[in-house]
Amino acid sequence: MELLLVLVLGLLYAAGVYLILRRSLVKLLLGIMLLGNGTNVLIFLLGKITKGSPPVIDESYKVFQDIYADPIPQALILTAIVISFALTSFAIVLLKRVYALVNSDDLDDLNTPEEEDL
Amino acid sequence: MKSAILQTATRYLLPILLLFSFFLLLRGHYFPGGGFVGGLVASIAFVLHSLANGTASTMKILGYKPISLIPIGLAISTVSIMLPMLFNLPPMTGLWFEEPIPVIGMIGSALFFDLGVYLVVIGVVLTILFTIALDE
Amino acid sequence: MLFTVLAGLITSSLLIPFGKLIKTKWSILLPFIPVVLFLFYVMHVPSIAEGTNFVQRVNWVPSLGVNLDFRLDGLSLLFALLITGVGTAIFFYGRTYLKGHIYFDRFFGYLLLFMSAMLGVVLADNILTLFIFWELTSISSFFLIGFNNDDKSSRDSALTALSITGLGGFFLLAGLILAGNIAGTFVISELFMKHEVLTIHPLYPLIIGLLFIGAFTKSAQFPFHFWLPGAMKAPTPVSAYLHSATMVKAGIYLLARFTPILGGTDLWSISLMVVGGFTMIFAAVHALFRIDLKGILAYSTISALGVLTFLLGLGTPAAIIAASVFILVHALYKATLFMVTGIIDHETHTRDISVLSGLRKVLPPVFVAALLAALSSAGLPLTFGFIGKDLIYEATLHFNENWTIWLTLLAVLTNVGLVAAGFMAGIKPFAGKLPSAFSNIHLPYPSLWIPPLVLAIFGLAFGLVPGIIGNYFNHQTANAIAGIETDMHLKIWHGFNLVLILSMATLLAGTLLYVVNKPSSSKLQMLARFDGLSPQAIFRRLARGLKDFALFFTRRFHNGYLRAYHLKIILFAELLLAYKLWLSGPISIDFDSLTPLSWYEVVIVAILIGALYIIVSAKSRLASVVSTSVIGYCMCLMFVFYSAPDLAMTQFTIDTLTTVLFVLVLYKLPGFINFTSKTVLMRDALVALGFGAILSLIALRVLFEPNTTEISNFYGENAYLLAKGKNVVNVILVDFRVADTLFETVVLSIAALGVYSLIRLRLKSSEKE
Repeated sequence: MELLLVLVLGLLYAAGVYLILRRSLVKLLLGIMLLGNGTNVLIFLLGKITKGSPPVIDESYKVFQDIYADPIPQALILTAIVISFALTSFAIVLLKRVYALVNSDDLDDLNTPEEEDL
Repeated sequence: MKSAILQTATRYLLPILLLFSFFLLLRGHYFPGGGFVGGLVASIAFVLHSLANGTASTMKILGYKPISLIPIGLAISTVSIMLPMLFNLPPMTGLWFEEPIPVIGMIGSALFFDLGVYLVVIGVVLTILFTIALDE
Repeated sequence: MLFTVLAGLITSSLLIPFGKLIKTKWSILLPFIPVVLFLFYVMHVPSIAEGTNFVQRVNWVPSLGVNLDFRLDGLSLLFALLITGVGTAIFFYGRTYLKGHIYFDRFFGYLLLFMSAMLGVVLADNILTLFIFWELTSISSFFLIGFNNDDKSSRDSALTALSITGLGGFFLLAGLILAGNIAGTFVISELFMKHEVLTIHPLYPLIIGLLFIGAFTKSAQFPFHFWLPGAMKAPTPVSAYLHSATMVKAGIYLLARFTPILGGTDLWSISLMVVGGFTMIFAAVHALFRIDLKGILAYSTISALGVLTFLLGLGTPAAIIAASVFILVHALYKATLFMVTGIIDHETHTRDISVLSGLRKVLPPVFVAALLAALSSAGLPLTFGFIGKDLIYEATLHFNENWTIWLTLLAVLTNVGLVAAGFMAGIKPFAGKLPSAFSNIHLPYPSLWIPPLVLAIFGLAFGLVPGIIGNYFNHQTANAIAGIETDMHLKIWHGFNLVLILSMATLLAGTLLYVVNKPSSSKLQMLARFDGLSPQAIFRRLARGLKDFALFFTRRFHNGYLRAYHLKIILFAELLLAYKLWLSGPISIDFDSLTPLSWYEVVIVAILIGALYIIVSAKSRLASVVSTSVIGYCMCLMFVFYSAPDLAMTQFTIDTLTTVLFVLVLYKLPGFINFTSKTVLMRDALVALGFGAILSLIALRVLFEPNTTEISNFYGENAYLLAKGKNVVNVILVDFRVADTLFETVVLSIAALGVYSLIRLRLKSSEKE
């Protein structure tokens, strides 16, 4: 049901945005991941979704005999998922390094607004 | 997370999962699967092993640092893309052997490209996870 | 011709590794670059004089119409000779002037860069190439003007010059592109044919307006003139080079170059006459009040540039001939006077004309050079300046309008001022008694006073054989500007006529003015009271206002808190998207086209929403991490339902690995603390829900729009036929879009290397603190 997916993507985006508005670094990271998931669902919806007909040609034929799911969003999302893993791991390591340096999860501890620079 | 059951299980799971991952890679052109999924399953096999037996012993099985898989994989992919240029075809043209090979099916340059992807994915995932794990 | 442009660029980059070497006696090699280039162009003089043009085309970015097209005609040749000829004098002079300076190498690097850029400007036959070199002159002159970079006023002047000329450059680019697009070509020699098309086009006033701003900023026309006196902070060789013969003449060159393309209309003529006329008289009066030698020269240069603009505005063949000659006249005497000023400054450490006097006794050859230059600038018979001045009066007198008297009067008044200014700069420091403070001054190295003397002698010699000079140098220049064959016969003696009377009267009045006028610092201060109204002050106020605004804006919007930035970005995006959605009208939902709802979808979505709630409200990390995994597995199941087995497998494995990753790292991090007040949480929740709602609406909108599946169908139909694969997703990844996938694996590799280096190659020093 498409409307369910529409609801899901809206909620994923809302939760993601809410989390990146927090002060915690970990929440920022989780928020980014949720936004990524929301985007995947959005892209997925852009192709017409279909049930029970993956974009794989039947063994005995050379072309599709029936309707099939749109392969392009799938190819896009596949790469997006893998890339997001790389992004997440890089962000996690950054987070780890930051935590090791400032000993805080609070984003506000990271910045020292330098008035004299203004 | 050192439990005897898990350690014993992974001893058998590792080769089976690797075989499965290779299977996913080879049939990727015809059925769901392919280099990305295959590489990820293979990484999971190693990660599972490292969780049970410690990262050091998994590294011993691997023999090389996983990071060295990255350039190998990239090189295989690049070569498979450039290969058609040897036959005076534009790069990225698909090349295929005439006759299918038993079990695997048709073999072409796309499969070699996917093999490169497979290796890069294993290299990337294991590099990331093992580097972090060894840092703890 | 390309090599002449590249020679300076290459040498200047060679000075980076060989800078040390060039500071030694090897510096003698430097002047040979302009010498060789000068000889190269001198060799072209005879064939150009016969009317031949040379063209060289080198493809650069042909797809954008940007090519290194060079063309040498009469106009280009005159400028090329000035650039390399005066350049030769300056290089010899500057080598001695800056001997032992710690940035000697840097100076010549900039100077070479500048020379190449100037050559590029005057040789370019493509307006985009011209623009590139035009900007390069602005940039290289910025470094030259600010060469004494430990002096704040020097830095300020450089910045002012750069912002004015750079700003003009923007306008020029816009004008050039507009003209090029309307004419359909960016090649200058082809634009000559498009005069008709361009001048009747409705955008013509805009084109020339933009072009004028570019030219006026560069050539220091009112109200953009003020950067030039400021630029006198530069070392004197720079002033002599940039501000007599080259950089400021680039604007004049531009106007001259475009006269046959865009000129000939009333709008063109009147604008140039008004701006040029006002500038020339305004600056000539200003020059009389200066006591700084360089200030006098700066204002008299502005005035001379005004004269040139004015002449180009008149646009008659006589005026164009006058302009082509006056360019040469002015370059010769002004460069000389600048170099003389440099020597005086070098020896006496002052440039104040109320202090300087009697220097003829200690610097005789310098005096000769200065005297010749001053006389040429005054237009004494037998000097080249005399010819120039005659031609100007000739042009104004024979301008076929009712107001010819007024134009002539304007020219006479300007020239009277220029005569006096020339005497103030060239004679005043040498006349009178020698103060004892200056009595022990010795004549500097010959390499310092020979270059100005040579230029001054040229100024005299050209005046003796004006016919030859005119034929060889100015005739084709005038033809190139006018676009038609002009009738040029330069003679020493025109007979006893009105022009001669005017000339003599000018000379007399100028001399009288020189004797009467006693500039002093008190008079200068009186003038300074009007500074608040000057364009310079207005410009400064604008610049300060911009800075204050930027400061206000930065303070207001850049508080350094990441979430504050996020909030602003998201709110802004919400507003834009909501507006766009509102514009697109209501969304109609077609329930029949939807896939049927099944109970397991509802269950999965319910679980997902529950997990989302836990993440958002979680107090512990573990709960968040587990919920993230749950969301991932839910997504995975969703992919299974909707026929995406590849995605399901990938999502499943990635989710597993991500969980492992979190477990490895997050254990070491502290729990969440709630700092934020309820109201802020509510606000953020509203913003977030708003964003989610907008995205949902967009998705709905797209869902019920007819969409094309052309590309998908292509992949679906050809997967097996072309790529021998049956899993279309995989075929897209490894065959149809293989390059994308290759680069994706590269990105993955970079991320892995990033992680590896972040952990393995730790920043030891920061850790210890």
